[in-house]
Amino acid sequence: MSLTVHDISVVKALWAKIGSRADEIGAEALGRMLTVYPQSKTYFSHWADLSPGSAPVKKHGKVIMAAVSDAVAHIDDLPTALSHLSELHANKLRVDPANFKILAHNIIVTVGMLFPADFTPEVHVSLDKFLQNLAWCLAERYR
Amino acid sequence: MVEWTDFERATIQNIFSKLDYESVGHNALGRCLVVYPWTQRYFGKFGNLYNAAAIMGNPMVAAHGAVVLHGLDRAVKNMDDIKATYAELSVLHSEKLHVDPDNFRLLADCLTIVVAAKLGASFTADVQAAFQKFLAVVASALRRQYH
Repeated sequence: MSLTVHDISVVKALWAKIGSRADEIGAEALGRMLTVYPQSKTYFSHWADLSPGSAPVKKHGKVIMAAVSDAVAHIDDLPTALSHLSELHANKLRVDPANFKILAHNIIVTVGMLFPADFTPEVHVSLDKFLQNLAWCLAERYR
Repeated sequence: MVEWTDFERATIQNIFSKLDYESVGHNALGRCLVVYPWTQRYFGKFGNLYNAAAIMGNPMVAAHGAVVLHGLDRAVKNMDDIKATYAELSVLHSEKLHVDPDNFRLLADCLTIVVAAKLGASFTADVQAAFQKFLAVVASALRRQYH
């Protein structure tokens, strides 16, 4: 399900509106994932506090969302832009790629919650496709 | 037998008491047909589903969205025996409607997003967890009679 020219312009336009709150979105999405899908906590057993709003969650949410924002900026060539992160996830982090879908869902819930008027069904489908493509590129180096 | 905490029970009753079933049903089903267009396969008789505007403006989509939400209400009112409550509906979805059960999850995700947009900040992570657990139990009950 490749990104069309329309998807790209919709995602860029959405980011122009929401990008400034990327840190908040990241923290919120990560916190929700850890609460709603407790199996995802297995990747963070080294953190002291896994509750939503905790310091490690906020910090890491920011890191994740910065990478997503960077992917939006390089949306025309996601495989190249994500190549390094793909190596990291494949060789070091070894996150089961099923979790990319789970985080994507929570990013979408967060965006819908914080920006209800902007998150129309048309915007939703383009963002869903973008996150799916991002996940695909992230899993590229796995095998 | 599903175990519900007091928080989960209260959360589900609270959320559904705040929802306008017609509006939420319409928005959730419409969104599902837009975001996951392959789900349109089950609505061949609904007329114009050509683009997002047509889907969201389609009165049959709106009416059917309401039917789905009222169906969910049965589970809200029978949380301790959702499996039995949905036995007939499960047979219907399997034998007559031939709906791939994966679609239940897609619609549940869209419903979660519509409710999140409506409730805003009060849709906390714990509330989301309770809501998604409820929808997962419903989906499981709907899948039960498939063979």
